[in-house]
Amino acid sequence: MVAISENTKGGRSKMHSKKFALIVACASITMMFAAFTSAYIVRRAAGNWLEFRLPTVFFVNTVVILLSSITLQTSYHFFKNGKEFMYKGLLVFSFLLGLLFLVLQYQGWLDMTAIGVELTGNPSGSFVYVISAVHAAHILGGLAAITVALVQAFSLKYRVTPKRKLRFELTLIYWHFVDFLWLYLLTFFVIQS
Amino acid sequence: MASTKIAPEKTREDLLIEEQGFDDHFHDHHHGDKYQSNFIMKYVFSMDHKIIAKQFLITGMFWALIGAAMSIIFRLQLGFPEENFSWLKPLLGGWIIVDEAGIGSLDPQFYYALVTMHGTIIVFFVLTAGLSGTFSNLLIPLQVGARDMASPLLNMLSYWFFFMSGCVMFASLFLSTGPFSGGWTAYPPLSALPQASSGSAAGMTLWTVSLVLFVVSVLLGGINYITTVLNLRTKGMTMWRLPLTIWAFFVTAIIGLLSFPVLASAFFLMMCDRGLGTSFYLSEIFVGGQALDHVGGSPILYQHLFWFLGHPEVYIIILPAMGLVSEVLSVHSRKPIFGYKAMVYSILAIAFLSFIVWAHHMFMSGVNPFISNFFVLFTLIIAVPSAVKVFNWITTVYRGNLRFNSASLFALGFVSMFISGGLTGIFLGNSAIDIQLHDTYFVVAHFHIVMGIAAFFGMFAGIYHWYPKMYARFMNETLGKIHFWGTLIGAYAIFWPMHYLGLAGVPRRYYRFDTFDAFAHFGAMNKFITVAAIIVFALQVLFVVNFFYSIWKGKKVTTRNPWGASTLEWTTPIHAGHGNWPGKIPSVQRWAYDYGKDGKEFVSQVEPLAEGELTDGEGGHH
Repeated sequence: MVAISENTKGGRSKMHSKKFALIVACASITMMFAAFTSAYIVRRAAGNWLEFRLPTVFFVNTVVILLSSITLQTSYHFFKNGKEFMYKGLLVFSFLLGLLFLVLQYQGWLDMTAIGVELTGNPSGSFVYVISAVHAAHILGGLAAITVALVQAFSLKYRVTPKRKLRFELTLIYWHFVDFLWLYLLTFFVIQS
Repeated sequence: MASTKIAPEKTREDLLIEEQGFDDHFHDHHHGDKYQSNFIMKYVFSMDHKIIAKQFLITGMFWALIGAAMSIIFRLQLGFPEENFSWLKPLLGGWIIVDEAGIGSLDPQFYYALVTMHGTIIVFFVLTAGLSGTFSNLLIPLQVGARDMASPLLNMLSYWFFFMSGCVMFASLFLSTGPFSGGWTAYPPLSALPQASSGSAAGMTLWTVSLVLFVVSVLLGGINYITTVLNLRTKGMTMWRLPLTIWAFFVTAIIGLLSFPVLASAFFLMMCDRGLGTSFYLSEIFVGGQALDHVGGSPILYQHLFWFLGHPEVYIIILPAMGLVSEVLSVHSRKPIFGYKAMVYSILAIAFLSFIVWAHHMFMSGVNPFISNFFVLFTLIIAVPSAVKVFNWITTVYRGNLRFNSASLFALGFVSMFISGGLTGIFLGNSAIDIQLHDTYFVVAHFHIVMGIAAFFGMFAGIYHWYPKMYARFMNETLGKIHFWGTLIGAYAIFWPMHYLGLAGVPRRYYRFDTFDAFAHFGAMNKFITVAAIIVFALQVLFVVNFFYSIWKGKKVTTRNPWGASTLEWTTPIHAGHGNWPGKIPSVQRWAYDYGKDGKEFVSQVEPLAEGELTDGEGGHH
């Protein structure tokens, strides 16, 4: 498998086929969330809809996830430029921020339950729980990718090779993607309420 | 070396590839062993696209037999509702209820399960995975001039997710409560409430799990197909030089990638309703006099999400068949495809329109009639690109040097079915006429002809045509022709009368009609349909026998390019190994349809343009 993609990447195209495949996959994930949010709009238009304030922690969390995107990007920058310490440090930091995001999302769900908006209540609340949970599952996937990056950062000797650069870039693309996905979802919830 | 093999003679194509091909140093690495050395890696967890194609095909055939056999059982019920079915007891066990007199009848609950499973299996497992999975895998790398898919690993996973999905669905057939029985569209509340019917319990859970695995398989496959077509085309293979098969698979993959995630979302909300007690699709409901906790959901919401996939799914099924038919008709009529660009644009137009017509499945669901007008309009517009395609197929064949073999006959049969079934689509697309025809046998006839039989015909055309590439042998022509004529006449015999049933208002999915005064006089017609269905089923068994017999005993292919086709797959060795071309990969000099040009019967895509010669397809035409 590796042999083939290495052999063919030179071909005619500018973008690496794996990178392109990842972007196509992101488009597909986007459709999944487009379905959720359009279902939200259709259901909301049908009436019997409970309005409630989104937990503040969701907004705090947006800063956390945006920050993690910046730190991961910076980590990649240091990785390319031979600053091994900063690269590894920021990679760890990004991972922790991702973890923090999940913890704070959980806090957000608790806050919603505390004001009486429960998972099984009016669909307006159920939608927020389910959509943010599916998003959290995608964050978990991103964390898995960063974990692999961490394991390799600390177990392999530091070297900048095209293969490792590509691997890092793939992680980066996906992480930015789930980050912007959250930004979209939050904006959507705010505009709708 | 004491090899008995004679070195194959180099063809002109070989020399051309050697001379102008692109050297990607593929064979410098000795990784071939990894793929071909042992049985498990070569045939089971294979990462070679040609083997994966065969895996999809044979699994698809397995499911086609099961799905079709199910239809025979429920057709027996419809054709002979008074008959004694105790002889089916060894196969169906408790689903045959035997009364005191010893008369066995089909459990009505199981009738619904059969109808549901028949639809699910044929739509998803056979005509999506079996058709698109097979031919996208086989032809994309071979026809664009690539060594394999962009990611052979994802490709392998795509098959095995499909396999797992099939295992889960298969297991559901053996549940004591039966497989899911609420219709292949799985509308709530039957699907969302485990207590709604016996099939809605564990059967529905397994159905959902199976289809989620299936969605994963489609997405993994689709990502690969799109990336391969865009990134791994060989030198000179511009988009306008792609064979129409590739255009069809490429657009199909895009449609799948945009619509299947929506189905996943719909299922996810459904699982929350079933398992966690949310009320996305469930409104105030009483079951057995008991009020449920669910409040405020909307079953129509599910229908919107489902048909947002469901309608594009129709084109996911039919576009690959269209691509195969375009190629087969052009090759076997020894003429360039008529209106190549029009064909491409009509594929794109159909793909675009497929996303904005979903509510025509919901005219009777209480959708606002003014909004319906919108969907009527776009639905009817689909007739335009469809008609362009039909016109071009007919014009391609017109005054051609047509070879009547199994492949081209099935391709012609496809065109016939597509016209017959397409015309009734114009009736059904009108929301006013749909009030009478909705959920009647008219709909059953329409979609079976236009996307069931037609897609099967496209698939058969593809199998007969590319069989020499897959197995280096031909399928038996006589059996193939019997298969074709029998299926063509038989399929019309099954579905033509159904139009009349539907016009008379006979509803689909009913267990028996002899007890209704309004429909009882259709008894003879139902018998006739059932007999025709049994004959057609027997002919498909004949096809399967022919298929497997020919793998070992078929007439051997002696030349690389038995059909005299211009596309790249026929420049590979008869037994193409991993990596497809033994040396360099070919570079492409012209479009895919130079047939009967300048006195030559066909010109391969690797043949350079003669001085002053223009190539069609990319604006070079005069």
